[in-house]
Amino acid sequence: MGVRRGTTRLLADVTTTINAGSRTVIVGANGAGKSTLLRVLHGLVVPTSGTITWGGRAQLPLRQAMVFQRPVMLRRSAAANIRYALDLAGIHGAEADARIREALAEVGLLPLADRPARVLSGGEQQRVALARAWALVPEVLFLDEPTASLDPAATRAVEQIIRDIHARGTAIVMATHSLAQARRLADDILFLHDGRLAERALSSSFFSQPATALAQAFLEGE
Amino acid sequence: MNTFTDSLSVAAGLVAHLDPRFLAIVELSLRVSLAATAIAAVIGLPLGAAIAVGRFPGRQALTIVLNALMGLPPVVVGLVVYLLLSRAGPLGSFGVLFTPTAMVIAQTILIVPIIAALSRQIVSDAWAEYHEQLQSLGASTMRAALTLLWDTRYSLITVLLAGFGRAIAEVGAVMIVGGNIDGFTRVMTTTIALETSKGDLPLALALGVVLVTIVLTMNAGAHATREWARARFG
Repeated sequence: MGVRRGTTRLLADVTTTINAGSRTVIVGANGAGKSTLLRVLHGLVVPTSGTITWGGRAQLPLRQAMVFQRPVMLRRSAAANIRYALDLAGIHGAEADARIREALAEVGLLPLADRPARVLSGGEQQRVALARAWALVPEVLFLDEPTASLDPAATRAVEQIIRDIHARGTAIVMATHSLAQARRLADDILFLHDGRLAERALSSSFFSQPATALAQAFLEGE
Repeated sequence: MNTFTDSLSVAAGLVAHLDPRFLAIVELSLRVSLAATAIAAVIGLPLGAAIAVGRFPGRQALTIVLNALMGLPPVVVGLVVYLLLSRAGPLGSFGVLFTPTAMVIAQTILIVPIIAALSRQIVSDAWAEYHEQLQSLGASTMRAALTLLWDTRYSLITVLLAGFGRAIAEVGAVMIVGGNIDGFTRVMTTTIALETSKGDLPLALALGVVLVTIVLTMNAGAHATREWARARFG
């Protein structure tokens, strides 16, 4: 699969598999194509060549969600932000109410349910974004550097929520520039370099014995 | 400059005594311009949002035309509406020329481009921030446009004010299509123009003061609403 924009090649010849129910972390330098790969997988960007299949089907999985680096909160309460997503997913009424409560409780924000989402702190907003994803009960959750603009405490909270979402059976696909975070969260590693998939490995072997010189250089650079 | 101070004291008297003729003129001005602003909002806000969010051929051209139409001269709008509504015109059978309805139509045409162009800009900026998230959640283009209009509602108040300010302050269009008929289509701006040419400066100035006060008050109110909303809702 590949993506071009004009004459710029963003991704080239990326061939890989994401395992159902696993945690895949995409690492690589800035501009390596991590975000683009996530957007292609999520369906926000259409690949200019190649195809993506989910369980052998050509269409996207029905239930998937994405959390961005900067959480986008609508100008309404935290609970209403989740309700909006559920409404678009066709979930209304008592079922929606129950999911909103459960999701906000899960990220520890139930007391702030009625606060306007945009006046919450950056870390709280990201947790609302995770609650919004949680409420959708996705088969796959994509995360694009979800902790890049957060402090260490908020980062730990977000990582714990990601583990909880995974524990419920959701496959995680996350891009990060923090190798420490990749080490903490990954089952599988995809290492991108200059728009190409340079290495795909189990997390355990990637960090102890990277198979390629590029990966070795990248790990040492960190 | 005795005229000026004399005028001011007469103006103060007119306002203080709530002169009925004077009040009727102020009321008609408000009614016509508020109606025009309401109708223009119903047309202009969705139009601006659609141009901001939609992807269709001619979108750029439409944006340029709308921006240019913000500078539409009121007398030209008045003339065109006059030709449409006059006895021999295509809409002549409705018989609304020289009525407040005709004035509302003219002012609506005058400010739809302002409301559409300014709301397009605001919604467009919000769209840049929201579009990936809304796309990710599966919002249709129509739903996204409505969501953005709602989310930018406090900024859009300023847009409506810009439209209202333009409507209530213009004289050319309402003069032509309303005819400045005493007690029927006479509004503040046409009265000011008339009384000035007749030499009755106190009434003209009194209306001028009221006009400025109304516009100032509404802007102060809108500003306060925005600031409050920003503090409260972010």
